[in-house]
Amino acid sequence: MSQPTTSYTVAFAGGVCLICSLFVSGAAVALKDKQDANKVLDKQKKVLSVAGLIEEGASPDAAEVDRIFAERISARIINMQAKKEIDDPSFDVKAYDPVKAAKDPAQSFAVTPNKAKVGRVPNRQVVYCVKQGESCEQYIIPVEGKGLWSTMYGFLSLEPDLNTVRGITFYAHGETPGLGGEIDNPNWKAGWKGRRIYAADGAVALKVKKGKAGDAASDPHGIDGLSGATLTTNGVSYLVDFWLGDAGFRPYLNTLKSGSAG
Amino acid sequence: MSATPGILTKQQREALVDPLINNNPIALQILGICSALAVTTKMETAVVMSIGLTVVTAFSNLVISLMRNYIPASIRIVVQLTVIASLVIVTDQVLKAFVFDVSKQLSVFVGLIITNCIVMGRAEAYAMANPPAASFLDGIGNGLGYSLVLISVAFIRELFGSGKLFGVSILPLTTEGGWYTSNGLMLLAPGAFFLIGTFIWALRTWKPEQIEAE
Repeated sequence: MSQPTTSYTVAFAGGVCLICSLFVSGAAVALKDKQDANKVLDKQKKVLSVAGLIEEGASPDAAEVDRIFAERISARIINMQAKKEIDDPSFDVKAYDPVKAAKDPAQSFAVTPNKAKVGRVPNRQVVYCVKQGESCEQYIIPVEGKGLWSTMYGFLSLEPDLNTVRGITFYAHGETPGLGGEIDNPNWKAGWKGRRIYAADGAVALKVKKGKAGDAASDPHGIDGLSGATLTTNGVSYLVDFWLGDAGFRPYLNTLKSGSAG
Repeated sequence: MSATPGILTKQQREALVDPLINNNPIALQILGICSALAVTTKMETAVVMSIGLTVVTAFSNLVISLMRNYIPASIRIVVQLTVIASLVIVTDQVLKAFVFDVSKQLSVFVGLIITNCIVMGRAEAYAMANPPAASFLDGIGNGLGYSLVLISVAFIRELFGSGKLFGVSILPLTTEGGWYTSNGLMLLAPGAFFLIGTFIWALRTWKPEQIEAE
């Protein structure tokens, strides 16, 4: 075709952009509900898999996940400012997203700078209790912190003594596949089982080491290092330190401990 | 062209079939290698990626071919990219909505279809100069040519790397009490390099005319 006029070119570009943007935003809006449902389901599955209630990588459908949740899991809502459990029947645990809440000044508060680089903590957090009859056989607490590239979001499962680790899993992170991304490796995660969080003096002692850690009996606070992923695993150590420390869940865990003792 | 309903014209048939062996985008045109290394450790991701790329290439070719007589030459690459990017974003959204687990594993690679040279290359080289039906088929053909390589590589990598196909155990691993010691190289990117290299070598031995002139 002959050389088009400038106004034709601009109009053509505008038209293409308009049609494409309508197409893209239409698809995004139409599919949003389904995607959100998928994200909620994915997180629920991670809770179940860190609790050992479903196998790692298994994909039960939504109904099955809901059934196991109703049967075995009870969610505890924690007020993170008072560090206390609160009772709020109107609170929709399933739809609540602490990550989103942490970004909303009305639903979160700033914390003092820390190594985990957690800037804001949501007013409310959810701790999951895995029921065994009347009592809890595991407590699952949410954790997050900066790795090398990204914020890593995960769950840490604790035995009823609130000191021994049962398991860990990360449900969202953007670390380098093959290096930092190995925090998803089942063999590495298996090394967490039986390790202890707190030293005798009550400080958080659990750390990812350089190189191999000893067995759980001789090296209760060590976790195997991941080669090529020092910054990611430092981030993991820091996030454990933050969320199990005084700014995180320790005050709440202490009330639980004294409650079960008394 | 006079397309008889149900029967493809010679041009259309060539557009569809040629990219499979004679003009394979990976083996001959050496396009799209990056994603071919990244998503082929498992059959599942390779198949989803193949479908995604085929759909995007076919529809971008179709849309661009429909517009080819109206696109001002000065902004044609930008227009092509806009169309391709829109299609890729929609594909990504659809995957997130319907196969969430797979889309998590594919992570950035669906988004990177935008920069996959196959899509852009076909839009520029074929769709800009040919009618919509033939362009659409050319897109499908190139997508299938890519899929052919991707799926063969994934088949070998998953089978020998983790003893499985589509996640189902075929060769029981020694770590799980079986007899097969997995080949770790297959799970790493160099494994795919060797396989693709072998594939190209085999193809060029069979069809010597594909060898570039020295």
